Amino acid sequence: MSTLKQLASKFLGHDSVFARRTAGGIQPPPFKEHSLRSRIMSTPIPPQLTIPIGPESSGEITRLVDIADQVLKYQKLAVISFSAKGRSDVPVHAPTSGVITSIENSIVADHSQQQQLCINLTVDGHDEALLLKPHTNHSQLSSADLVALIRDAGVIGMGGAGFPTADKLSAYSVLPIEFLIINAAECEPYISADEALLRERANRVVLGAEILKRACAAQRCIIAIEDTKPDAIAAIKQALLNEASNQQCCELVIVPSKYPAGSEKQLIQCATGIEIATGQHPTEHGIIMHNVGTAYAAYEAIIEGKPCISRFTTLCGQALKTPKNFEVLIGTAVGFLFELCGIEANKKQKSIVGGSLMGSELGNDKAATCKTTNCLIAASSNELQAPKAERACIRCGYCADACPSKLLPQQLFAFSKTLDTTQLLEHGILDCIECGACDYVCPSQLPLVSTYKESKKLIETRRQSLEYSDYWQQRFQFRQYRVKKEKDQALSRKLDAPLQSMQAAERAPKNKNNEADFISKEQASRDIAAAVARVKARRNEKNK
Amino acid sequence: MLPLISHWLTQLVIGASLLLLTASVLGKITRYLTQQLTAQKSLVNRINRALPQTQCGQCGHPGCLPYARSISLGEASNKCPPGGQETILALAELLNEPVRGLDPAHGQFRDFSVAVIREGECIGCTKCIQACPVDAILGGPKLMHTVITSECTGCDLCVEPCPVDCIDMINHLAPAISHTTPPYSDLRSSLGANT
Repeated sequence: MSTLKQLASKFLGHDSVFARRTAGGIQPPPFKEHSLRSRIMSTPIPPQLTIPIGPESSGEITRLVDIADQVLKYQKLAVISFSAKGRSDVPVHAPTSGVITSIENSIVADHSQQQQLCINLTVDGHDEALLLKPHTNHSQLSSADLVALIRDAGVIGMGGAGFPTADKLSAYSVLPIEFLIINAAECEPYISADEALLRERANRVVLGAEILKRACAAQRCIIAIEDTKPDAIAAIKQALLNEASNQQCCELVIVPSKYPAGSEKQLIQCATGIEIATGQHPTEHGIIMHNVGTAYAAYEAIIEGKPCISRFTTLCGQALKTPKNFEVLIGTAVGFLFELCGIEANKKQKSIVGGSLMGSELGNDKAATCKTTNCLIAASSNELQAPKAERACIRCGYCADACPSKLLPQQLFAFSKTLDTTQLLEHGILDCIECGACDYVCPSQLPLVSTYKESKKLIETRRQSLEYSDYWQQRFQFRQYRVKKEKDQALSRKLDAPLQSMQAAERAPKNKNNEADFISKEQASRDIAAAVARVKARRNEKNK
Repeated sequence: MLPLISHWLTQLVIGASLLLLTASVLGKITRYLTQQLTAQKSLVNRINRALPQTQCGQCGHPGCLPYARSISLGEASNKCPPGGQETILALAELLNEPVRGLDPAHGQFRDFSVAVIREGECIGCTKCIQACPVDAILGGPKLMHTVITSECTGCDLCVEPCPVDCIDMINHLAPAISHTTPPYSDLRSSLGANT
C-alpha cells in the first residue's frame, strides 16, 4: 500500500492522500451556483449593530464597556467565560466604532436560536480603529503563544458548532496530534461561503492552516475538499505550490461529493481511514478538525493581528435578486443583508439560517448574525417546502442506506414512537448526527430527524430524573438517619434523667458550703421580704 | 462385620462423613435461601429505582422503598401519581404486567412543581419542616421558614400541616441539582430498568 501511495504521489503531486469510502450519504442538488456567480463582497457598515456575546446560561459574562461608552473598532467589549465547563474565555470585539446604546437579550441567527445577551452599537461611521499588532513572521512564535493570540482574538469554530478554537488547539498539551484536518467539504446544499473563500483567498487559508498546524503541534495537515469544487481545488493547488518552499506544509485530499461528507466523523474516516467510535473524541486518535473559515480567522488573528469581527456568509434563496457571499460584520441584522441582495419581499416565504438540510427557520429578520452564521436563505414559496403529510413506513430501507452513521432509522423511528429508550440506546441513537439524509430519502415523508431530536431530549430528561431520584433518595435516607439519631439521643437523655438528678443532689451540699452563694441566698430572701413590706405599705396607704 | 464397625477408626470415618454430609446439605439450603433473598432484594431495588423518589406517600406507604417492597409482594403498581405514565410503563415492563392507567384514588399526575412559602405570612411553627421528607425547608421556631428550591421534590407533604396556608406549589421546569452528570457509558445500564 505504501509503495502504491508513493507512486501515486509521484504522478499526482499533492493528491497523495486517498479518500476512503464512507457509509451512506445522499447527493442532493447543490444550489450553490447562484451565490458563486459573484465575488465575495464586503458589506457597507450598517447603521446599527447587535453584537452577540453569548447565551447568559452558558457562561459567565464580563462586560468591559458600559452603556453610552464610545468604542473603537477592534476594541474588546465583553468576555464570556466557560470556566465552569473547563474551557477558556472567548472575548467579543467591536466590528466598528460607535456608541453603545443598550445591552439586552435578543434573538441571534444561529442553529439554537436561543436568546443571547447582545451589545447594541450605534455606528458613528468614522470606522476609527485601534492600532493592530501584526506578527508577520509566525514561525518565530511558540505553540503556546499562537494559541494565546488566537484565544485573544476571539476565534471560535466557524463551521457552525462555535467551539472555542483555542481550546480545541490546546489539546496537544494532553494528547499528541497527528492530523490536523481543514474541513473544506461544505457538503450541504446552498452554502458556498467556504468555496468562495478558497477560490479567492486560498493563499491566506493555507497560511492559516499552517499556523493552526503549528499551534496544535500536528505532524500532518490535510485540507479536505469535495470534488465538485474545481476552482477552489485549483486555487489550493496553486497556493500549495507557492508555499512549496515550506516543505510538506499541507496535503490536499479530494473527497467524493456527497452529503454529509463534511460531518466531523465522516470526513475523518474519509480522509484518514480512522473510524471514531461512540463517545470517543477525535483527539483521542490524534486528530483535530477545523473549518476553512477558522483557518482564515487564525490567519487574520496572527498575521494581521486582527480580532475576529467578521465572517463569510452565503446569502441565497429564490427571493433574492443577487445572491452572493458576503464578508459580514458580526452583529449585522439579517434583514439588512437581505436588502443588500435585493430581496423581493412579496416572494419571500420564510428565512432559514444554515443550509437546506440542517438549517432552522428564523422567526425574525431583525436577528443579528453571529460568528457561526454560515448561510442565510430567503426561500420563496416553491423551494424548501414543508414536508407533505406523513404516511406509514413501508420498510423500504432507503434510510438505512442513506444513514452515514450506519444506523437503522426506521427502527429508531419505531422505538421513538413507543418511547423505548432502552432499545433506542441499544440501536445507537446517540450516534445520530441529525444530518437529515434519512428525511431526504424517505418516500413516506416521515419526520425522522425531528422525532430523533425529541427522543434524545426524552433520554436526557429520563437520565436527569434518574439523577434527581437518586439524590432525593439519599436525602430521604439521611433524614431518616437523622430523625432516628435525634430520637435515640432524646431517649437516652430521658433514661439518664434520674441519674442526673442524683448527681445534682450530690452536687447540692457542696454548694451550701460555698459561702458566697450562701450569702447571696440570704441577701435574696432579705430583698424579697423588703419588697413585700414595700407593697404592703403602699396598699395600706391606698386604703387610708 | 460388627468388630469392624466397632473399631474406633471406622467410627471416626463414619462420623466424619456424616458431619460432612450434614454440612454440605446445610450449606446448600443456606445458599438457596440467600439467593432467594437477594433476588427479592434486587427486585425491590429495581422497583425502587423506577419510582420517582419524591417520598410523597400518596401511594399509602411512608416513602418509595416501602411501596417498592409492597409491589414486589403483589400490590398494584399504578398508585404513584408523581411518576405518572412513565413510572407505570417502566414498572409494567419490569414486572411483566399489562399497562394500566393511574389509580385515580391516589391522586392525579401533574407537572413538576416545587413548594414556595409566602414568607410574609409564615409564623414559624416548624410544622412544615417536620413534614418535609428530604429536609428541604430551612427555619427555626418563631422564625421565618423558606424552601430550598433545588432540594424540593414537590411531594406536597408540607402544604397540609401549615396552619396559615402560606405554602404554594409552583410549577417548575426542572429541579436544579448542582452535582456532576454521569457519563453516557453509565446510561445504557442505568436507563433500562429491566436490564
